[in-house]
Amino acid sequence: MKILVTVKEVAEAADDFELPDGALDIDERYLEYDLNEWDEYGVEEGVQIAEENEDTEVVSVTIGPERSEETIRMALAKGVDRAIRIWDDALEDVAFLDVEARARILAAVVAEEDPDLVLTGVQANDDGFGATGIALADRIDFEWAAVVNHLDLDVEGGLAHVHRELEGGVEELTDVELPAVLSIQTGINEPRYASLRGIRQAQSKEIVPYELADLDLDADVTDSPLSLTSMYEPETESSATVFEGSPEEEADQLGELLGEMGVVEG
Amino acid sequence: MTVLAISEHRRGELRDVSFELLTAGREVADALDTDLHVAVIGGDVAEHAEELNHEGVDVIHTVPAGEEFNHGVYTQVIDSLATDLDPRVLLMPNSVNGLDYAPAVANGLSLPLVTDVIGFDASDAVSATREMYASKVETTIEIDADRFCMTIRPNEWAKAEGAGDAEIREHEIEIDESRVRSTVTGFEEVGGGDVDISDADVLVSVGRGIEEEENIELIEELADALGATLSSSRPIVDAGWLPKNRQVGQSGKVVTPDVYLAIGISGAVQHVAGMKGADTIIAINTDPNAPIYDLADYGIVDDLFEVVPELTAQFS
Ligand SMILES: Cc1cc2nc3c(=O)[nH]c(=O)nc-3n(C[C@H](O)[C@H](O)[C@H](O)COP(=O)(O)OP(=O)(O)OC[C@H]3O[C@@H](n4cnc5c(N)ncnc54)[C@H](O)[C@@H]3O)c2cc1C
Repeated sequence: MKILVTVKEVAEAADDFELPDGALDIDERYLEYDLNEWDEYGVEEGVQIAEENEDTEVVSVTIGPERSEETIRMALAKGVDRAIRIWDDALEDVAFLDVEARARILAAVVAEEDPDLVLTGVQANDDGFGATGIALADRIDFEWAAVVNHLDLDVEGGLAHVHRELEGGVEELTDVELPAVLSIQTGINEPRYASLRGIRQAQSKEIVPYELADLDLDADVTDSPLSLTSMYEPETESSATVFEGSPEEEADQLGELLGEMGVVEG
Repeated sequence: MTVLAISEHRRGELRDVSFELLTAGREVADALDTDLHVAVIGGDVAEHAEELNHEGVDVIHTVPAGEEFNHGVYTQVIDSLATDLDPRVLLMPNSVNGLDYAPAVANGLSLPLVTDVIGFDASDAVSATREMYASKVETTIEIDADRFCMTIRPNEWAKAEGAGDAEIREHEIEIDESRVRSTVTGFEEVGGGDVDISDADVLVSVGRGIEEEENIELIEELADALGATLSSSRPIVDAGWLPKNRQVGQSGKVVTPDVYLAIGISGAVQHVAGMKGADTIIAINTDPNAPIYDLADYGIVDDLFEVVPELTAQFS
């Protein structure tokens, strides 16, 4: 069995970031890069399945620049067998890669790798589109399930028994035919820390770099009717009374307020 | 030319987002100078059509298709309706089920998709507003297409209210069962147990800012000193530091206490969905731009590890 796990390196904006007028993205110096929180759970799920099933290979796929290899190594250190990284001048030049473009690129990888199961995160915590996995599934004619927080694989029966986490503390129990794309929700498992041995082994694992042409894709795969035309800090709707001073003074004022509100007697 | 909005129901009831879709749909239809159509797929279609018959809706399409949501059925039905009506905009909810079919619908119809939309404008170019970087920025996405799909963020538009006089059109759409490859076998309620945080008058809620499991104690001590109940954001439950029944938010509990003290919680939209109804919201967060401050009535922009022990000391 082969499991393909999508791994994205995401950027988080520092508390003190600045966004000048007209900028279409936050400047790199205010961004910190890390493995997408949701993908961490996808990686763990893939690795656990491989540990429970013989002859199972876990391959990660990332659309990202060379910088993201550090993040990919983290996935390799946690048990992913090998990695694919797609980057191209044509990708370097686009400010905004839409869902369709991502799905098309990933579909080309699926055609190459022929996996039985694809695990994606529910969403990426930087742009939060939450759509790539399911768009991919439809494109490659796999079955799918979004927002999966429990997975029980019946390889012989060709089924994935999943729980989909709906709103309001309700889970939907669903049987999904394989091959399938599942978008993985946080909390489905406990992502492991990479062991020292894992980190050492990861150094010798392969990260195959692909350009679009290697996947029989043209640069026009990035063409989109959608474009990001502005980015700005939303006007604050805050009307909060902020207590000022030293931590002790701040706590005193809040304590007084809680007392006045009758939260605590005395 | 129409805007076609897809309503959402579960276990016999329309979900709130269905009524928000009517408001958003009317807004988009007005901006594009077209009609608003709404589809009810599956469930008690006649009853739901009546419930959705609000001011601003021109046509309601009903399609009997089983009791509950199934994406294999939804994609086929929407595909068929879209072929029939050729809508300018397909509007869907950015709910868990919306995320389970909207991307496939867009892909199947070869239409661009913008998800989690919080605003729409067509006065100049057609564009949608959405957030990025954990709600720290907003972006404008220009849409240069005759036809497109959007999913709208729940709780962002008001629910439609006034009575309507929409035309109801009944459809029978044949489903190709061989293309339905998932079966819903049941539902399960989670997050039960001895504590019901939705009953509490005062909640002291802890988020990822607490950093380590052993630090939770700090917040527990404050809750005890205040005679309050301890709750949390999702990452704390994901990490197994507190049980599921303590989680506030979209997939946890909806709470409406008199006082909600959010400590080291950023105020992500899925968290806010569970606590925006609290009477008084107080935040302790080092980041003055954290979205939680958009809701907070009071705040301390400082390190929780310095403030919380001081606060606890006052009450013990
Ligand atoms: C389908 C779906 C469902 C979801 N359901 C839920 C849900 O039910 N409930 C929920 O909560 N989330 C839910 N989420 C997750 C949500 O998107 C956020 O990831 C989550 O709410 C973030 O939790 P947080 O605020 O604790 O962490 P973060 O967003 O990481 O925020 C931590 C905050 O702590 C502050 N901080 C750090 N250090 C300190 C310090 N020393 N002192 C003071 N402040 C500090 C930081 O400034 C930051 O604002 C859901 C997501 C999805 C996709």
